[in-house]
Amino acid sequence: MTALLEVAGLARAFGAVRAVGGVDFAVEDGEVFGVIGPNGSGKTTMFNCILGQLRPDAGRVRFGGAEITGARPLALARLGIGRTFQSLQVFGSLSARDNLIAAAQEYVGTLAGRLLAAPDAGLTGRAEALLARLNLAHVADKPAGSLSYGQQKLLDIGMAFMSGARLVFLDEPAAGVNPRIVGEMAAMLRALKAESGATFVVIEHNMDFVMGLCDRVMVMAEGKRIALGTPAEVRADPQVLEAYLGG
Amino acid sequence: MQEILQVTISGLATGAIYAMVAMGFTLLWQTTSTINFAQGEFVMLPAFLMLGGIVVLDLPLAVAFVGALLISAALLGAAFKRAIIDPMIRHGVLPLAIATIGLTLALKNGVKAIYGAEAHPFPHPFPVEIWRVLGVAFSSYDIAVIASVAAVVFALNRFLNGTMTGRSMQAVAQNPEAAVVLGIDVKRLILYTFVVNAALAAAAALLVTPVYLFKFDLGESLGLKAFYAAIIGGFNQMRGALVGGLIVGVLENLSAVYFAPAYKDAVALGLFVLVILFRPEGLLGREEARRV
Amino acid sequence: MTLPTLSRANVAALAFIVAMTAGLLAAPLFLKTYGVYLLSLWALNTVAAIGLNLTLGYAGQISLGQAAFLGIGAYAVAILMKAGVSFWLGLPAGVLLAFAVGLALGFPALRVQHHYLAFATLGFNALVFLVIRNEEWLTGGNFGIRVARPELLGHSLRSGIDYYHVCLAVLAVTALLVWLLLRSPWGRAFACLRDNPIRAESLGIDVRSYTLLAFAIGAACAGVAGAFLAPLVNFIDPSPFGLVPSIYLLLMVIIGGPGRFFGPFLGAAIVTLLPEWLRVADVWYLVIFGIFVVALMAFCPGGLLAVPEKVAAMRAARRSARGSAAGQAGARP
Repeated sequence: MTALLEVAGLARAFGAVRAVGGVDFAVEDGEVFGVIGPNGSGKTTMFNCILGQLRPDAGRVRFGGAEITGARPLALARLGIGRTFQSLQVFGSLSARDNLIAAAQEYVGTLAGRLLAAPDAGLTGRAEALLARLNLAHVADKPAGSLSYGQQKLLDIGMAFMSGARLVFLDEPAAGVNPRIVGEMAAMLRALKAESGATFVVIEHNMDFVMGLCDRVMVMAEGKRIALGTPAEVRADPQVLEAYLGG
Repeated sequence: MQEILQVTISGLATGAIYAMVAMGFTLLWQTTSTINFAQGEFVMLPAFLMLGGIVVLDLPLAVAFVGALLISAALLGAAFKRAIIDPMIRHGVLPLAIATIGLTLALKNGVKAIYGAEAHPFPHPFPVEIWRVLGVAFSSYDIAVIASVAAVVFALNRFLNGTMTGRSMQAVAQNPEAAVVLGIDVKRLILYTFVVNAALAAAAALLVTPVYLFKFDLGESLGLKAFYAAIIGGFNQMRGALVGGLIVGVLENLSAVYFAPAYKDAVALGLFVLVILFRPEGLLGREEARRV
Repeated sequence: MTLPTLSRANVAALAFIVAMTAGLLAAPLFLKTYGVYLLSLWALNTVAAIGLNLTLGYAGQISLGQAAFLGIGAYAVAILMKAGVSFWLGLPAGVLLAFAVGLALGFPALRVQHHYLAFATLGFNALVFLVIRNEEWLTGGNFGIRVARPELLGHSLRSGIDYYHVCLAVLAVTALLVWLLLRSPWGRAFACLRDNPIRAESLGIDVRSYTLLAFAIGAACAGVAGAFLAPLVNFIDPSPFGLVPSIYLLLMVIIGGPGRFFGPFLGAAIVTLLPEWLRVADVWYLVIFGIFVVALMAFCPGGLLAVPEKVAAMRAARRSARGSAAGQAGARP
């Protein structure tokens, strides 16, 4: 397998606080790569530096061999990198179906062509299939803002897959989700993974969730990588135990 | 050279008045995210009240000013906050701004309906003489305006930095959530900022109306320029409003004399556009992080 | 599998359109010249407000400079007609100019939002007004320009009723085009821009281009309205293109209901026609109107078209409160 995403020496400080202090890792094509760490360990800041929401102070990011350091979110999306945000980010006034169509319509034809295209840009079929897969078919016509938290969360994740992204970043997909359905969420992600063939990078707090889902896990603490390996290796690492339990 | 100095000083006087109105604007924005489109009318109304006191009740200007200041503080400070801001703040920035547009219409046209659309003279609070120093002619009124504004700014600064209430007000303006945690009575202090804003506007009315004469649309361009001044200086800083106001006043006056009098009103706008394109946080402002 | 069916909402909208069209076509039978003129003015104000509703209501970009685009359309036509160019060539020129200037005005919107944008657009309007007033060699300044009514296929549109029909046709065509645009992928992209621009960008939606387009298309609508306004009034001077008219255009959108297709129709009717019916209130009319705006923002910031939903929601809330109270009462032994 080859590295789809390579991150080298990535760093970002806020004033005197080094939120991310030189992180290296590579994500193999086709794997599910987990990122865990205590609150404030720099996981989300690292995501935002890779995904163009923040400018890194130092370091390089390569995607499929091409340099993407500091690229804008739009450019990354066009390259086939999807993402979700830590907080819910759906288009509240659009229906659930329209949320999914919106997530893929810009990949169909040209900007000018879309003015004259069919209202659904030919995406209704794909949207319906994904809605069914997400168990959201019964609320397809409801405004996304009126759905339950769990439904919005699923929709939010679905949107990251709608355009056929090769690499999908998920920022805490299980956060705030009813503990009883966290297992369902993991199963859903595995199914989406199997169907889309996309590579995942997942930030998560919920240990069981990460350990059950990911092929490899990176552990961060205080802006640095302290461990990287299979879930079993990481779980046994004394440094990880210290970061989580000591302190 | 002497002429430039003259023009600059009278520009500073105009700018000082813009600055006073702009500082109030900044206060309201900081505490409640209110974009007060009626800010100019907050200057016009006390001017109208003072004129009413002088013409109808035959009061001396000083008494009329104190009366107008108190009514303004109650009506445009406390009542404005309670009746308009409080119930609407949960709807967000736009409905609140639109409501202040509605208020502008009501105030402006109410005064027009009562007092007509003509311009009325207004007494000067300070003597108007021409002083000559080393061949430079000054208007004593301009100097008095600059001195008055300086005194108000100094007093306000002492209040904000030197008293417990003032420091709490600043804490509220900078971070309302943290202020709550610190046990500050945020609601009461926000009310104070509204009262201070109304008082600043009333003071501006006393200084500006003799120059432009009283008319129902007195506040129209004043409110707009105060906003531009606030942005140019830096919207999240009182100091910014002060500097922005002075810059706008001086450049406006210089361009009226040396460049294009017909486009004098476009100076503030031009500066504003340059600032938002190249330094959106304002000349003295701090950068606010882009929220993700 | 799901064929487009005529839902109740669609039937209601269709019936409303038919009734409105019939009413508007029959109206001149009951009106004097001035009434027909006012309705023509309403139609053109609605066209400008539809444009602003696209920019503000659907794409979420605050613009307080809509009257400036009205002015750009009107003066382009007036100046070209004065130079001997046909109205029908001046019209596209004015609309294109408004579109181009709107595109340029969109650039500040890429840098700043909310209050900055509100005042940037307001300031832009002030600048256009100053240019119109000061550049007498081009615009006639405060003396204005006389504008004749155009001809259409050799038929003069001098009669008020003929021109009224033209204004209605302009409204119908604009409304139809904007409706088609709103249900195209562009309309969905505009809604994404309004709801959550950061998320939109992460989904490949080119927020930059769509923001500029939202401004430019909104401005072009005002350009159309302005181009037809000049011959309607027969004379243009700077006064209808200043800050106050811009505020009124904004209020048309807000009062009707931003982001609602028929909002501008209702809002323009209230702002254009109501003052004429309330002549008795005279100078106090605007005071009452101002208080009405404040009250509307306090009770129903979604505009008048949102009132039925608001009332229904309040009723439902009261019913459920009463229901639970009754339930508790019934549960008592």
